[in-house]
Amino acid sequence: MNIALLLEMAADGAGERVALGPRSGGASYRELLRLARNSGEWLASQPGQRAGLLDGNSAAVPLLLFGSALAGKAFAPVSYRLAAASLHAVLERFGPGVLVTAPDAALPVPLPGGLVVKAREQFLREVRRGAAGPSTRIPAAEDIAALLFTSGTTGAPKTAVLRQRQLAAYIIGTVEFLSAEPGEAALISVPPYHIAGISAILSSVYAGRRIVQLDAFEPRAWVRLVNEESVTHAMVVPTMLTRILDVLLADGERLPSLRHLSYGGGRMPSKTIETALRLLPHVDFVNAYGLTETSSTIAVLDPEDHRRFAAGGGAGRRRLNSVGRPLPGVRIEIRGPGGKAVGPGVSGEVFVRGEQVSGEYLDGARLDDGWFATRDAGYLDADGYLFLDGRLDDIIVRGGENLSPGEIEDVLLEHPAVREVAVVGLPDPEWGERVVAVVVPAAGAAQDAAVLQRWVRERLRGSRTPSRVEFVPSLPYTETGKLLRRQVRDQIHVRLAAIIIGLDQLSDARTRSRRPSATVGNRARDRGRNCLVTGCCVT
Amino acid sequence: MDLKPGSRWRSAVCDTEVIVVRAPAGPVIFRIGGAAVCPADADQDRPTADRGGARPDAALAGGTLLGKRYTDEASGLQVLCVKAGAGTITVDGRPAAVMTPRQLPASD
Repeated sequence: MNIALLLEMAADGAGERVALGPRSGGASYRELLRLARNSGEWLASQPGQRAGLLDGNSAAVPLLLFGSALAGKAFAPVSYRLAAASLHAVLERFGPGVLVTAPDAALPVPLPGGLVVKAREQFLREVRRGAAGPSTRIPAAEDIAALLFTSGTTGAPKTAVLRQRQLAAYIIGTVEFLSAEPGEAALISVPPYHIAGISAILSSVYAGRRIVQLDAFEPRAWVRLVNEESVTHAMVVPTMLTRILDVLLADGERLPSLRHLSYGGGRMPSKTIETALRLLPHVDFVNAYGLTETSSTIAVLDPEDHRRFAAGGGAGRRRLNSVGRPLPGVRIEIRGPGGKAVGPGVSGEVFVRGEQVSGEYLDGARLDDGWFATRDAGYLDADGYLFLDGRLDDIIVRGGENLSPGEIEDVLLEHPAVREVAVVGLPDPEWGERVVAVVVPAAGAAQDAAVLQRWVRERLRGSRTPSRVEFVPSLPYTETGKLLRRQVRDQIHVRLAAIIIGLDQLSDARTRSRRPSATVGNRARDRGRNCLVTGCCVT
Repeated sequence: MDLKPGSRWRSAVCDTEVIVVRAPAGPVIFRIGGAAVCPADADQDRPTADRGGARPDAALAGGTLLGKRYTDEASGLQVLCVKAGAGTITVDGRPAAVMTPRQLPASD
């Protein structure tokens, strides 16, 4: 099975329907297939085995994705937001091949060997001019469909390998062929180097849903495009939804054409999803949990679940914080520290198995009898709803009790004085680790640590109450909105060490920190002053 | 014939092509239009347009629908039609049934 088949089927079953672009004047499935074949022929004439892209969303994304499938090469989208040194490191790992680039792409000099650079417009021009016929051979199922350079928020960056059969199995297992009603349109605004950017193209094509692309996410442009193009479907990551809701609240827009919004790619704060449900009652919400290594979604909380759980109270409402139940064809198991499966309600590591699960990196597969260890911590409830506690490495172990930073963050975000928050564990001689909350205050809100500590204590058990609350102007995130928790932990560790041991010994603390920052010293000093003024608490 | 999930097969007597979604519990005789199917995987060339004049058995010419899943409950075999044709899919002589579409929410 090969993803090129998905486009061939759509062109066969709905050739004249608009596949990509504006309602009038967009490319039909027949035209998209013609261009994909030309792209395949073009790629076959290029050196190397990679069909790279250093760019945002444009027609080049589906053409490189399907073209590389036909040519037996790997689609390799690279983040255009990487700093020069990181970009160079990724391109070193990339291998020989062609790299299609944005007009304003800043490339490292010199380029790693074996890399041929083509400007996007030139690529599109040459592909439009092509005259490739249907291939006489069926493309292989074992070929690499995509190489994705994962962010490595909790470890070293890795190159994930997704094979043709895995991506195709994901689509065939989760999407009904040409099930989209006429007039449906999906807005793709996640970057092409995010697994959801790839799966959204494949799902839309197979469902027969027109694709509308936003070059790079910006909330006002997103809202405008939804309205202009009568977009019915979209997928966003949590930080994107937060920013969209800000625009809706400010401008009074309510997105009348939108019917379906799925979200994933990180923990969604309860406050955000509850605001979204309230502002957009006409929209179906889907919470999708998945990883790059699992070809996107493996569990969903569907629209019916959202309505039911939002309306209910107590245990039912808690399920609004779950990521729903596994997709058909996907098995999810929670395993304890000893590697044995545990029962409902018991936390452990989330393991997953299914045809769409790759669990493979460029340096080898990491599957154990088909099971992939996600490194996510969580538990299943009695009805099979999956709750995530965060990345395994982020779990705070305090006095032998495992605490989920996400649970504490969720409660803190409910407080009106909190705009953003990161909860981390810091070493503690008595408890092993202690809970520290790092808070970005809401505009104009008082910075009162004791109030926030009481807020948590009243809602969660005492062990979950932060022993300290630190206020900061901003928190670091990856470009797709994932909190860089380790960075927060390291910086706050240095800052607190500076306060406690005295500023003259700061250099020692810096040496101990895994990722020191040159500006930490000054901020720690400022912080020390603010600390006295606002009275941040140590309990 | 190894009807493993993901394997692709084409009819020898019509345009139908299928992909196995779920393997059968045991060995079965899998036919389209009354004739044995041919492997249609990566190392196989596509057939010629007229297939040498071969046609489906008149009694097994109910046709297949693009994008539909067909299942045989007795063996558990499930296939997806990736190219429509004139023949009927049979498993051990039993016509396979069209499955009703599932309602899964779009997640990406």
